[in-house]
Amino acid sequence: MTMTVPGERSLTALAMLRSRLHFLWYLTRRSPLTVVGFLIILLVIIMVIGAPLIAPYDPNKVMLSSRLLPPSSIHWFGTDEVGRDLFSRVVYGSRASCGAAFMIVFISMSVGVFLGCLSGVVGGMFDSAMMRTMDVVLALPALVLAMALAAALGPSLFNSMLAVAIVRIPAYVRLSRGQTLSLRERIFVKASRTFGASNLYILRWHLLPNALSPLIVQATLDLGGIVLIAAALSFIGLGAQPPTAEWGALVSSGRSFILDQWWYGTFPGLAILVTAMGCNLLGDGIRDMLDPRLGPSE
Amino acid sequence: MDATPLLSVENLAVRFPGARNWFGRVTSEVHAVNNVDLVVLPGESLGIVGESGCGKSTLVQAVIGLVAPTSGRVVVEGHDFAATSGRQKTQIRQKMQIVFQDPQSSLDPRLPVWRLITEPLHIRGGMSAAALRTRARELAVSVGLRSEHLDRLAHEFSGGQRQRIAIARALSTDPELLILDEPTSALDVSVQAQIINLLLKLQRELGLSYLFISHDVSLVRHFCDRVAVMYLGQIVETGPSSAVFDHPAHPYTQTLLASVPSLQNSLQEIDASLTGELPNNRRLPTGCYYRERCLVSSAGCEKLQDLATVASIGHDVKTPNEAGISDHMVRCHVGVTAALRLEHLA
Amino acid sequence: MTDIGMKPHALSIENLSLEFPTYDGAVKALDGVTIQVGNAEIVGLVGESGCGKSVTTMAATRLLPEGRYKITQGTIRLFGRDPTVMSDEDLQQVRGKLVSTIFQEPMNALNPTIRIGKQLVGVIRRHEAISRAAAETVAANILSDMLIPEPSRIMQAYPFELSGGMRQRVLIAMAFSCNPGLIIADEPTTALDVTVQAAILRLIQGRARRTGTSVVFISHNIAVVSQICDRLYIMYAGRIVESGPTRAVLDSPQHPYTRALLRCLPERVQPKAQLESIPGTVPNLLDPPAGCFYRPRCLEADERCHAKPQSTTLTGGQVVACWQRSKSQTHVSNEA
Repeated sequence: MTMTVPGERSLTALAMLRSRLHFLWYLTRRSPLTVVGFLIILLVIIMVIGAPLIAPYDPNKVMLSSRLLPPSSIHWFGTDEVGRDLFSRVVYGSRASCGAAFMIVFISMSVGVFLGCLSGVVGGMFDSAMMRTMDVVLALPALVLAMALAAALGPSLFNSMLAVAIVRIPAYVRLSRGQTLSLRERIFVKASRTFGASNLYILRWHLLPNALSPLIVQATLDLGGIVLIAAALSFIGLGAQPPTAEWGALVSSGRSFILDQWWYGTFPGLAILVTAMGCNLLGDGIRDMLDPRLGPSE
Repeated sequence: MDATPLLSVENLAVRFPGARNWFGRVTSEVHAVNNVDLVVLPGESLGIVGESGCGKSTLVQAVIGLVAPTSGRVVVEGHDFAATSGRQKTQIRQKMQIVFQDPQSSLDPRLPVWRLITEPLHIRGGMSAAALRTRARELAVSVGLRSEHLDRLAHEFSGGQRQRIAIARALSTDPELLILDEPTSALDVSVQAQIINLLLKLQRELGLSYLFISHDVSLVRHFCDRVAVMYLGQIVETGPSSAVFDHPAHPYTQTLLASVPSLQNSLQEIDASLTGELPNNRRLPTGCYYRERCLVSSAGCEKLQDLATVASIGHDVKTPNEAGISDHMVRCHVGVTAALRLEHLA
Repeated sequence: MTDIGMKPHALSIENLSLEFPTYDGAVKALDGVTIQVGNAEIVGLVGESGCGKSVTTMAATRLLPEGRYKITQGTIRLFGRDPTVMSDEDLQQVRGKLVSTIFQEPMNALNPTIRIGKQLVGVIRRHEAISRAAAETVAANILSDMLIPEPSRIMQAYPFELSGGMRQRVLIAMAFSCNPGLIIADEPTTALDVTVQAAILRLIQGRARRTGTSVVFISHNIAVVSQICDRLYIMYAGRIVESGPTRAVLDSPQHPYTRALLRCLPERVQPKAQLESIPGTVPNLLDPPAGCFYRPRCLEADERCHAKPQSTTLTGGQVVACWQRSKSQTHVSNEA
C-alpha cells in the first residue's frame, strides 16, 4: 500500500496539472485577447530581467560616427543624435519605465490595502478620518505633486515615483475598505468573532485572502496607466535623468527629430503603448477569470 | 431550579437605532428583543420558535456576543458574559459555540476543511499545525466526515456536509452549550434528517445542551425538551414541548400551530382570519403585543401582560403531569377562553 | 394519456430530456420527464433542490436562458401549442394571456421604482384593451380578492413599503390579473412565514378553483404541496419517480424515494427518536449512475435496478418508475 501512495499522489498532481492546462486552453478559446495581454507582459518582464542579454550594444555607448542612422539590420531601431543604439536603449529603458511602474503599484497597493482594511475593520472615527484624508489626497493631481516634490527634493525617478504612488493610494484604500465592509458582514467573519478572534486575526486570515482577487485586477489595470504616467513624468523632465534610458525621456528627446528621424521617438512610444495595452488586456482577462461563474469547478 | 443553569438570559432587551435626524440623534428605535428571560439547564434542549422578525436571531446574536444588549444580562455558568474580559472571556466563549443557518456563508471559502474545523483552537493559540490537524481529523470523523476531506475547500461539499463541517468546528473547543440558529433550514428534508440525527447522537454521547432556534414547529417538537414561543421580541409562551404543543395556551401559539402545513390536516381547517402579519416593531403596540391580531382580545388586554403559570391564571389545561403545569407559562390572561373559542370555530 | 376531449391539456410534456452544456460536460438536468396538467387541475411538482422541478416549468415557458440549454428529446405542448418553435411575439402573448408565473422571491419580481398600482395596470392593459380607469378597477378588485386590506392604499405604495407576504399577494394578484389558463407557482411560499403561507395557499387555491385556472405548484415541501394539489409528481435527479392523486401517493407511496421522503419528516415519529434519513447524496448529473438514479441510495435495489426502470401504472392512477413495484404489481397493471 505504502508503495502506491507516492505514485498515486504524482498521478493526481499530473491530473491536476492537466486540468489546469486544459482550463487555460478553455480560457484561451474564450478570450484570446487575455492571452495576447499575458504574452506582452511576459515579454516585458523578460526584457526587464534579461536586458543585458537581449540588448546588442551598451545603451550608453556614444558612437558619434553613427549618429541618427535609420533602422537597419545593424541598428534595429536606428540610432540617436550621439550614435547610441536605440533598440538597446528601449530594452534597457524597460527597466526604468516598468520597474518604476511596478514599484509604484507595489507601494500604493500595500499601503492602500493596509490602510483600507484597517479602516474597514476598526470603523468609527478612525474610518471617517481616513476617508476624509483620502479625499484630500485624491484631489491632488499626480503631475503637480510630482513637480512640487521635484522642486523640494530635486528631480529624480524616485521622487516622481513617490508622488505617483501617493496619489494612487486612495484608489486601493477605497477598494479594500469596500471589500472589508462587505466581508465583515459575511457570516464566516462573524463566526470567527464568536470564537474570540481579534481584528488582526480576522484581517490576516479572512479579509485579506478574500479581498485579494479584485485588488489584483485593479493593480493590473492600474499598471498600464502608471506606465503612461511614469513616461509622462520623464517626458517633462521630472523622472529619469539623462543619460539613463527611459521610454518617456526617449520620446521627449526624440520629439525634436520627429520630422526627419521618425524612428527616434516612434519606437520608445510604441513600447509605452504596447505595454500599457498589454496591462489592460491582462487586467480585463483576470477579472473575467476570477468571476466565479467562469471557474473550472461548479 | 434544582440544577444550576448553563446559560441564563435575564431581562434582555436589544434595540437598534431605526432612524436618525440631521444631527445624528436617534428618533425612532427598532425593538428587536423586549425583556426576554430564559434558562438552559445542562443536558437539555431549549427551542425558540417564532416567525421572521420576531427577534429570535437578534436574541441569539446578543447571547453569543455579536450584538450588545441594550439592557439585561447574559450569564454563562454564573459569569456575566459582558462583564468578563481577557482570559475569562475566552474561557466562557469556549463553553458556548454556534452553528449558523447557512453553511455556505458561515465557512470561509478560501480555507481548507481542517483549518475551518480548528479555527476556534487556532484563535486560542498554543497548538501546532500537526496537533490541529490531528484534532481536526478526530472531529471530522465524529460528525461523519472522512479524513480525506480535510484538505478540500468548502465549496467542494454538499450543503449537508458543509453543515457537518460547521458542527465539527463548533465542537472543537469541547463546549457544553451549542447554539443552533436554524441549522437545517437551508437543507433538503432528507439531509435535514441526517443533521438532526447527528445532533441528537452528539447530545447523547457528549451530554451537550442545545439552544435551538427554528421557525419549523414540528422540528422543534421533535428536537427539544422545552420550548419558548416568541412574538415581537417577547416570549409569549414557554414550557415543556409536549405541554406547549399539545395544549397551547396563548392565542398566537394556537394560530401558529394551526398554520403549520401537515400531511394530516388539510387547508380547509385553517381559519383565514387567524393569519396576519407582525406589526411594525418600531412602534410597539400598547398593552398586549398580540392584541391587534387576536381573536379573543377582551377587557384587560390593553394592559401589558406578564408571564404567569398556566395553572395560576385558571387555564383549564389538561397537562398530564404536575411538573409540566408549573413550568408551563403564558403571557395571556384569557388563554383558556381562547382555547375554548378555537374549538368552537373549528 | 392522449386527450380525447375537445380541449387540449393546459400543459403536456412528453418524455422531455434537457441538458446544460458546461465546461465540465453536459449536465443532464431532465431525463424523460412526462407531465400532464389538465384544465382546472392543481398539480404539484415535488423534489429536493436540483431535481429539475423548476427547469421543467421554465423549459415549458421558455424562460431558460436562450442558447444555454439543449432539448435532446421529447415534446412540450402549452394549450396544444409548441413553445419551442414560437416566435417571440407569440411567446409574449402566451406568457401573459395563457400562462403566468409566481416566483419564490417577490422582491425581485416587482420593479422597485414603480408604484404597485401602475405595475398592475400595466400588466392588465398589455393584454386587454381597456381604459386606464377600467384597468384600475380590475386591479383593485383582484387585490381585495387577495384579502389585501385597503387596496387603494396598496396601489399607491412602492414595493419596498410592503411586507414579504403583502408583496407575494400582489404578485399572485398580478399572475391572476389576465385570467390565464395556467399558473406556474414556483415555491411561492418558501420565503414566507407559516401563518402567512397558509393564507397564500388558500388564496391560490380559492382563486384557481373559482376561475378554473390550472396550477403547477412547485415545492420542496411535500406537506405544503399536499394541502392544495389534486395530483402530485415526485421528481428525483431529473426524472419523475412517482405520480398520482395526492392522497394515494401520500397514503400508499410506492417508490422507495417517496417513502423515504415521507419518513424523513419529523411529524410522524416520537420526539427525540432517530429520524429516517436517506443515506448518501443526490447523484452528479454530469455523470449519473446507470439504470435507476436512486439505486445507490436505495435499500431495496437489486440487479434489475442497473437498467432504467419503466413506468408502471397502478390501479389507483398512481404511476411509479421502479423495478420492485413492477414485479409485484404486474398483474394489476395488465388488468388496468
